Amino acid sequence: MTSNSAKQNWPARYKALSATSRHPCIQHFYQSAVNDLNLPISEVPLVALDFETTGLNFDKDDIVSVGLVPFTSKRIYCKDSAHWLVQPRQKLDEESIVIHGITHSELTGAPDFSSIIEPLLAALAGKVIVVHFAPIERHFLYQALNARLGEGLEFAVIDTLELERRALKAKQGLLGRLFNSKLGSVRLADSRTRYSLPAYQNHNALNDAIATAELLQAQLAYHYRPDTELSQLWF
Amino acid sequence: MQAEHIDIAQFLSDHAPFDDLPEVAINKLASQIEIAYFRAGTEILNYGDDIADLYVIRTGAVEMYRRDGELYNRLTVGGIFGQMGLLMNRKVRFPAKALEDTLVYCINVELFNQYCDEYEPFADFFEADGNVRLHQAIVEQADSNDLTTAKVKSLLHRDVVTVAKDATVQFVAQLMTQESVSSVLVTDADKPISDDPDDDDGQVVGIITDRDLRSSVIAQGLSYEAHAQQIMQTDLVLLDSNAYVFEAVLAMLRDNIHHLPVVIKKKPIGVISLSDILRYESQSSLLLVRGILAQQSVEDLAYYARQLPNVFVRMVNEDANSHMIGTAMAVIGRTFKQRLLDLAEEKFGPPPVPYCFIALGSMARDEQLIVTDQDNAIILDNSFDESLHDAYFQKLADFVCDGLAECGYKYCDGEIMASFKKWRLTREQWQEQFASWIAEPKPQALLHSSIFFDLDGVYGKTKWAEELKRFIAKEGRSNKRFLANMAANARNRTPPLGFFKDFVLEHNGQHKRSMNLKRRGTAPLSDVIRVHALAIGSRKQNSFERLEDIIDAKLLPEGKAQDLRDALEYIAMIRIRHQAWQIEKLDEAPDNDLEPHLLSPFEQRNLKEAFAILDKAQNFLKFRYSANSGVK
Repeated sequence: MTSNSAKQNWPARYKALSATSRHPCIQHFYQSAVNDLNLPISEVPLVALDFETTGLNFDKDDIVSVGLVPFTSKRIYCKDSAHWLVQPRQKLDEESIVIHGITHSELTGAPDFSSIIEPLLAALAGKVIVVHFAPIERHFLYQALNARLGEGLEFAVIDTLELERRALKAKQGLLGRLFNSKLGSVRLADSRTRYSLPAYQNHNALNDAIATAELLQAQLAYHYRPDTELSQLWF
Repeated sequence: MQAEHIDIAQFLSDHAPFDDLPEVAINKLASQIEIAYFRAGTEILNYGDDIADLYVIRTGAVEMYRRDGELYNRLTVGGIFGQMGLLMNRKVRFPAKALEDTLVYCINVELFNQYCDEYEPFADFFEADGNVRLHQAIVEQADSNDLTTAKVKSLLHRDVVTVAKDATVQFVAQLMTQESVSSVLVTDADKPISDDPDDDDGQVVGIITDRDLRSSVIAQGLSYEAHAQQIMQTDLVLLDSNAYVFEAVLAMLRDNIHHLPVVIKKKPIGVISLSDILRYESQSSLLLVRGILAQQSVEDLAYYARQLPNVFVRMVNEDANSHMIGTAMAVIGRTFKQRLLDLAEEKFGPPPVPYCFIALGSMARDEQLIVTDQDNAIILDNSFDESLHDAYFQKLADFVCDGLAECGYKYCDGEIMASFKKWRLTREQWQEQFASWIAEPKPQALLHSSIFFDLDGVYGKTKWAEELKRFIAKEGRSNKRFLANMAANARNRTPPLGFFKDFVLEHNGQHKRSMNLKRRGTAPLSDVIRVHALAIGSRKQNSFERLEDIIDAKLLPEGKAQDLRDALEYIAMIRIRHQAWQIEKLDEAPDNDLEPHLLSPFEQRNLKEAFAILDKAQNFLKFRYSANSGVK
């Protein structure tokens, strides 16, 4: 697993992982991964990913829904989006029902995560994954796969939360940092308001994935040039 | 799997034209949409780019521009753009720019076409099946706050007047008089409005206008006890209250109707008439003018010009007066020239020396009707060098005159056109020319006087035309001999009245026994008025405006100028109605030859009265402007 601070050499890492991975879907993911560090962001195929989980403890909690939407810096393709509900191993507690509104009855009949592994990895393959707050998607996906296939998945991400923090820090400036002024919220909804993006009513994994994709488009339009290299943005 | 996009679907279902789609269609559309973000100030569409999507604004604001950079439209949340490009040639027609941070939903053209095919109201919204060129013309007239963005409901200024289908026609007429409306809607209580249990009038099933009372009741000798449903027109085009004004215009043009009932879910709330729209647009000619400026080639212009007769007829039917119609037609004629000159300069490059293109005769006077010759000329800069520059202006003038001919403005028989070298003179040469016409009036000058002494700058250095007008006003008024000659000239064409005040008819081509209302009516009247205007140094060109100056100058005995005005208006209106009738009813080329037996005895009497005023005015000229008269 990688941490936020250490800058991973992803092309090398993908190469190494594809040599040791066993499951064909995972192997395919590594082999088809975008591995050109200098690719301008305007040419990078992206996919926004969002999970809803039973809680935030990734040793104990589990995924209940997955949403994703492929996009580029110019267009978000809803027709290729996907949204799955999956059966968590733990029962939903009242708290998480309140958070994402998914109820027990909706999950009745939902399949186990193992049944979506194939379409999920196929949708992610060949694209750079974009999330808002990387640890959730990284850890939960690693755990969910590891539990079922005996091997996890490592992947580079562009984290819109991280990009927002950078942007706010740049705006805060040296004086602001010296006097430790407040940075401002980097939550998804709050970040979106800075770019006049609409407030979405329905929170589910798919909507949040689209919301994340829109946020990245806005951040790129505001803070980066179209030829900004991929290596500047992912980690 | 088909993912559900609840937020997008919800947004679409709140905005036209998607709100008319069934839920399943909205959901499908939502799942197919593409999304794009544009930071404030960035370009969304560039002119001429390929376009493959319809754009719906989710948040933000977008401005659209014409190619020349002029603001064309400003749209905000729910606004739709790109449809013109999709309907025309898949090229961006209007560049679009994000005014604020903007998120747009994009619907690709295949999906757009599919929805137009499957859902009629959706297609209607874009008029994809209508006359695209006409649609384009109307749409392109739009500014941010007019026809395209205004809703018809904004034109409804009074409550709807309805009658039951079994009301008597006398009651209908009484109600219309009492409410001073020109139309009423007929409702059928047997067809209740499903959404409104309280409503007991029922749905609209017909409309009755003034004209129906005339043609279906009085003309047919129908009993006043007859029921409304016997005379109502039932082929109704209903307009939703949320329809745009331009859709109303389209419907009126397409179906040739003048009253459109406006409904909210079948419940009538008012009637839009053509005059409402004309009043709203203040100058109906504006519609056509903007369309002319949008045409990109002579062919397009010629095609576009084919609707001119309809515009003319429409104005006549809407009781516009001759001044309004003349002005509108002149503005339109001027705009054709301007657009042709734009195109000529695009084709041949910028002019080597500055110039001014001028209109002469009726167009300069704003008295142009539907049948007209092109009379025009060019004023060139004094630095004009024939050997260097003439080839350019010959090409330019040929292009414009040929183009005008294609648009229906016939070549001038008298060769008074810019394509003849003798009518392309420098500023100095024009002054000399006018000076010699004024100082030494020869027969040739007399011939030209009625055309050249009405002039108006159309394009280029139009102030040079003003300069010439000032020169003529100054030189003309002080030259008694010139005025005497102009006066004699103005008496050449006499009104068609015999000794016993009966009409004198001429044999004229296929029109046996007719009188020419222009040559023997409006033209000599304009001639008379011009002489008076020159005598007081008025620089006005339009006859009615000249008459105002003449009244102010107290040049004529009390009431005489007003008589001239009434006579001109009356003869002009007979002429205009005659032409409209030829276009509309006979479907033939309009002319100026009227057979008087087509007029009612009352109209004949009035017309004779008008001609008598012309006759007296011509006699007065003789007395007023004799070359050796001492009378000031």
